[in-house]
Amino acid sequence: MSNIVKVGMAEYKAVLYPGILITLGLGSCVGICLYDPISKVSGMAHIMLPSSKLIKNNSNPGKFADTAIRNLLEEMIILGADRKRIISKIAGGAQMFNFMSNDLMRIGERNTEAVKDELNKLKIPIVAEEIGGNYGRTIEFYSENGILKIKTIGHGTIEI
Amino acid sequence: MSDYLNNINNQIIDILKEIGNIGAGNAATALAKMINKKINMHVPKVNVLEFNDVPYLLGGPEVLVTGVYFKIEGDIDGSILFLLDKDSSKTLIKLLIEGYDGDIFDEFALSAIKEVGNILTGSYISSLCSLTGLNLKISIPSLAIDMAGAILSVPAIHFGQVSDKILIIETQFIQDKYNVRGFFFLIPDYDSYGTLLNSLGVSEYE
Repeated sequence: MSNIVKVGMAEYKAVLYPGILITLGLGSCVGICLYDPISKVSGMAHIMLPSSKLIKNNSNPGKFADTAIRNLLEEMIILGADRKRIISKIAGGAQMFNFMSNDLMRIGERNTEAVKDELNKLKIPIVAEEIGGNYGRTIEFYSENGILKIKTIGHGTIEI
Repeated sequence: MSDYLNNINNQIIDILKEIGNIGAGNAATALAKMINKKINMHVPKVNVLEFNDVPYLLGGPEVLVTGVYFKIEGDIDGSILFLLDKDSSKTLIKLLIEGYDGDIFDEFALSAIKEVGNILTGSYISSLCSLTGLNLKISIPSLAIDMAGAILSVPAIHFGQVSDKILIIETQFIQDKYNVRGFFFLIPDYDSYGTLLNSLGVSEYE
């Protein structure tokens, strides 16, 4: 299946129908899927940190919620997506290790908040989410119908 | 200190390798005592890799791995992750508990892995302390068994604040025909890089 496009950590990619976007082993990072149901232009970003503004080493836009989503959106518009029709689905943001009261250990939660804030600012509705927990996720996003498939080890497979 | 790991030089790698070597030596001794058998080890490999290449050291982002995670407190703050692939986890349990044929990921096996992680990490940190003169303590361990990519997102995110790369210390223990391959990720908090590098004798990061 040559239409599968892998999105690695700190990357974002946009594809046309019939592309399938996948991210393997998402942990505390958040996977953001954007979709225009009419043109079927699809995008996926795999962010690691909430904001490019809090960090000096911020030259890689794919790493941060604020910059990655904006850049992805631009790429999708270039591919023919209509800004007004775009919806989103998000997954990830797990807490892989169980420690209390450490700010960095809550990074999954903070990433999720930042992603939701950014999508809100851009007025992109979040139509489905599979967030949190303490387990990893592999996600597959189908441009054909906008379905997001989430696979886990020991927590089943779901479609949202 | 714009990108600590991009600028990391051979000198730092050598120092970390040496610490890894002494640490692994201590760990091998501790492990040998525990199981009452002779343990050999390879000289640790120290690598600096791109985020997305790291899971392939363990067989890919979706492969099941065991991670034992500790917080570090003291002169530097941070964390340390000890990672084993599935085969090494199995081998380790066989070494520890002769004739054990239960599920390798049941409670009993998991607490054994946690304990070994504790001993190995403790040995590593105490050699870091004696080489640098830093005073460091590790927390109780936290364990996760999941996809390599998901577990590795933890060190990747921490390193992500200063770099697009990850520093990895690979250790191998050999007991007769058994081979256990483990990976350490030493993860200083952002504010602690300077202290760590200075204590390693790298003055340009002051």
